[in-house]
Amino acid sequence: MDSSTSGRDLAVGVFVLAGLAAVAYLSVQVGGLSYSGPRGFEVVATFDNVGGLSARSPAMISGVKVGQVKTIGLDADLRARVVIDIDPNLELPADTSAAIRTQGLLGDQFIALEPGAEEVLLGPGEEILYTDSALDLESLIGRVVHDAGIDDEN
Amino acid sequence: MKALVARLGRACIGFVSGLGAITRFAGAIGVVVLTRPWRFRSLSRQLYDAGALSFVLISASGMTVGMVLALQGYNTLTRFGAESSLGAVVGLSLIRELGPVLTALLVTGRAGSAKAAEIGAMVTTEQLDGLRMMSIDPVDYVATPRALAIFFAMPLLTAFFILFGILGGYLVGVNFLGLDSGTYLASLETSVDFRDDIVAAFLKAGIFGMLVGLISTYRGTTCTPTTEGVSAATTSTVVTASVCILVSDYVITALWGV
Repeated sequence: MDSSTSGRDLAVGVFVLAGLAAVAYLSVQVGGLSYSGPRGFEVVATFDNVGGLSARSPAMISGVKVGQVKTIGLDADLRARVVIDIDPNLELPADTSAAIRTQGLLGDQFIALEPGAEEVLLGPGEEILYTDSALDLESLIGRVVHDAGIDDEN
Repeated sequence: MKALVARLGRACIGFVSGLGAITRFAGAIGVVVLTRPWRFRSLSRQLYDAGALSFVLISASGMTVGMVLALQGYNTLTRFGAESSLGAVVGLSLIRELGPVLTALLVTGRAGSAKAAEIGAMVTTEQLDGLRMMSIDPVDYVATPRALAIFFAMPLLTAFFILFGILGGYLVGVNFLGLDSGTYLASLETSVDFRDDIVAAFLKAGIFGMLVGLISTYRGTTCTPTTEGVSAATTSTVVTASVCILVSDYVITALWGV
């Protein structure tokens, strides 16, 4: 093998490796593909209305991101069942509450966790009992308009 | 009138028989890939030509497209006070559409036309007949490594295009328009889905790679053995491949259901 061929082979090798690295970066970092091993811990929260919450929406404590929504589905009682993936180093009390809040007036929705005062910690797979659903701006406005209409008729 | 109808008929028959011929050509390449030993030496050379040498073109184009997207997206988004979604706008446009499609069009122009002209010149100088005389199959020896190289290079180049596009959008959005760097990346990362966006992008890149590889080698081997024939083969490679890319892009997007 002469030196020009091996130089070309090297260039092709570098090109292929860099290309595969770019594909991997796009999948893992940008696409959020994560290997589903024993990692983080999951807690479940049930809401009456999740509003605009979606998978990969952040979960925050005091505005600091500590995890993200893994899946949203319906439970047996047809309420929204949200599985949240939380930082495994975090020790949350069992009476932690979860609320769906909005960043700013029109921003994205996220889960705000409010740690309680209980000595017992929340374990993996356990359910957050105290939840507060998304504020439904439209029905709120609808109710105000409706009430105003009744006042007019009187 | 009769002549016109006959001409229409001839055009239709020509189109269908051309479609049949390229399908048989694809079948022949498929048989070679599956049954013969791979020509790694030749594949590496072609991969260098079509892939490694396209890197600068692809990354520079990707960067520019990302920068333009950021600039245009920012102007539109500020009207709604939603400039924090700039990362999502740039990233999703690049990953879903612009990355795969523009990369495929650029590769068609750079590598596809070159391969068609190269094989066309071999046909014109009767090199393929020479190979057949030595009982070497030109599909195995000439066409397959070139088609495979374009097929393998396409997803890798698409990844480079998207990455450099995101980087370009970041440069304009964060350094030039003064957006927060965390906001840009967070809106990008939360809005991109693995199956709907990333897998779709590489599915498109793979299919486009197959199309460009096939069309350019097919046009080359079926080239009329004259200088005009070579130039016609090059032109029709670019035209056919570009139309096929754009049409199949719509079909894939519709079928993938996003």
